[in-house]
Amino acid sequence: MGNITLRNVSKVFGAHAVIPSIDLNINDGEFVVFVGPSGCGKSTLLRLIAGLEDVSDGEIVIDGKNATELPPAQRGLSMVFQSYALYPHMSVRSNIAFPLKMANEDKAAIDRKVSDAARVLNLTDYLDRKPRQLSGGQRQRVAIGRAIVRQPKAFLFDEPLSNLDAALRVNMRLEISQLHQDLKTTMVYVTHDQVEAMTMADKIVVLNRGRIEQVGSPLDLYHKPDNLFVAGFIGSPRMNFVSGAPAAAYQAHTMGIRPEHLLLSKESGTWSGTVGVAEHLGSDTFLHVNVDNIGTVTARVSGDFAVTHGDRVFLTPDAQRVHRFDDKGLAVR
Amino acid sequence: MATLHTRSAARLMIAPSVLLLLAWMIVPLAMTIYFSFLRYNLLMPGMEEFAGFSNYSYFLTDPAFFQAIFNTLAIVLGVLFITVVGGIALALLLDQPMFGQGIVRILVIAPFLIMPTVAALVWKNMFMNPVNGLFAWVAKLFGLQPFDFLANAPLMSVILIVAWQWLPFATLILLTALQSLDEEQKEAAQMDGASAWSRFIYLTLPHLSRAITVVILIQTIFLLSVFAEILVTTNGGPGTQSTNLTFLVYAQALLQFDVGGASAGGIIAVILANIVAFFLMRMIGKTLEA
Repeated sequence: MGNITLRNVSKVFGAHAVIPSIDLNINDGEFVVFVGPSGCGKSTLLRLIAGLEDVSDGEIVIDGKNATELPPAQRGLSMVFQSYALYPHMSVRSNIAFPLKMANEDKAAIDRKVSDAARVLNLTDYLDRKPRQLSGGQRQRVAIGRAIVRQPKAFLFDEPLSNLDAALRVNMRLEISQLHQDLKTTMVYVTHDQVEAMTMADKIVVLNRGRIEQVGSPLDLYHKPDNLFVAGFIGSPRMNFVSGAPAAAYQAHTMGIRPEHLLLSKESGTWSGTVGVAEHLGSDTFLHVNVDNIGTVTARVSGDFAVTHGDRVFLTPDAQRVHRFDDKGLAVR
Repeated sequence: MATLHTRSAARLMIAPSVLLLLAWMIVPLAMTIYFSFLRYNLLMPGMEEFAGFSNYSYFLTDPAFFQAIFNTLAIVLGVLFITVVGGIALALLLDQPMFGQGIVRILVIAPFLIMPTVAALVWKNMFMNPVNGLFAWVAKLFGLQPFDFLANAPLMSVILIVAWQWLPFATLILLTALQSLDEEQKEAAQMDGASAWSRFIYLTLPHLSRAITVVILIQTIFLLSVFAEILVTTNGGPGTQSTNLTFLVYAQALLQFDVGGASAGGIIAVILANIVAFFLMRMIGKTLEA
């Protein structure tokens, strides 16, 4: 069905290698998220899979067939774009029907498939409107509708939620996850937001400067990051990194400890410091503590822990949860 | 904000320009209407007398009048067709990335900057001339009889010359519209399996519809009054085969010295232009509202 394999895929623009060489296997029905900072090549990688960019070297195998030289339409993939890319002069109905019309399906089948898609996506009442008469979330759903009517081998999402406001983004995240549960189709999703990656993915691919830093399930990446980059990128607030003498106590060049794995106390502990800023979220409080001889360390405590700016606190890293890295930034296990 | 005071002040401020505009339009119009009811011939100065509607009836029953109406419409529609179709084609070509893009674009715009009389003279003497023209030379190269464009197909020749002048205008407007087409939409259509032709029909053309409307509206205004090209090349002839309404009015006034008749023709031309404008706005004005 929808398994995608990349072998030695590289992409060069002029003299600049955006993607030096990538091997990746995406299994059928998997929800794979490409995540990384902007400019890491994740969108380029998606466009290579889609066929919107030509690979410079290597091959792309979709569904067991070499698709490296195939034009986008013949790869059997659908894509949802960041700007939605709806056709502005067409009604919602015509937008969703467009891929079917291009495939020369008969009218009755088109009508049936469009109304099915509209029902799934709650768009039935909006079928005769133009895209400009819809809200951001509705446009997003039309774009998804246009993608699902073709029953593709896989869906490609290019940062589809970045134009929505925060509340809607959480909603659409759930809807896309739900859609994946229902359709069980392979989905490849590009985002720079690690929260989206963590909440939606079966498998996360962390990219940095065109290289794959680590591939794994969300919890794998959280608990066992391979290197400093992944450790810093996955998890919010980000992991604290300490080098020097405190790290040497753990036989590491650099030690990493997540804010939620620091034990706080007002009486005693391994490290001591003064509270700089306290961010109260209600359930939790994020403390930015200026630890003596180490620098600023972020700690996450329960919302009940009563401290304010300038208070003296003690922090104890949970020894089981300390991540150790060597001088090249690779994890020591 | 818009208090009574500021509103009356605003009215006072715009009054000069409104008055100027009124005088500019109303005075010539009123004088033309006045002349159109006079028997007024430049060869008989001081003999003006009221003539009622006779100027109108003479002008409207002149056989050259219907020929002129037909020619006017033929020029407008013919040039519009050539410039819109050719403009879209040229714009699509110029939108492609190529070597020397800037220079090519300037060259394409060049005809629009050439004065109508000069352009018409160049076409008449260097291209269409049956003895020395480029077309005649090409025809002779293939052993064919040179075709005398201006004598045998005068209206078509005028349409060709005018279309050549207006093609850059259409190309330029359509090119800028083309460049504002969202790249992601094109890619989405590509993913949806649309061929290049379908992408053009379903995506590019609807996107260009507004620009095409603008081209048609603006060009119609200018094409209704084509004059210099006709004067320089065919002088309205042979006979009245390439006389349009503007040229007919000119002939009436300055070749037959009949100011009264020419004024009546001018008023008829104004009325016809307004009828055209009315239907034009109703037909395609809707595209502009969206």
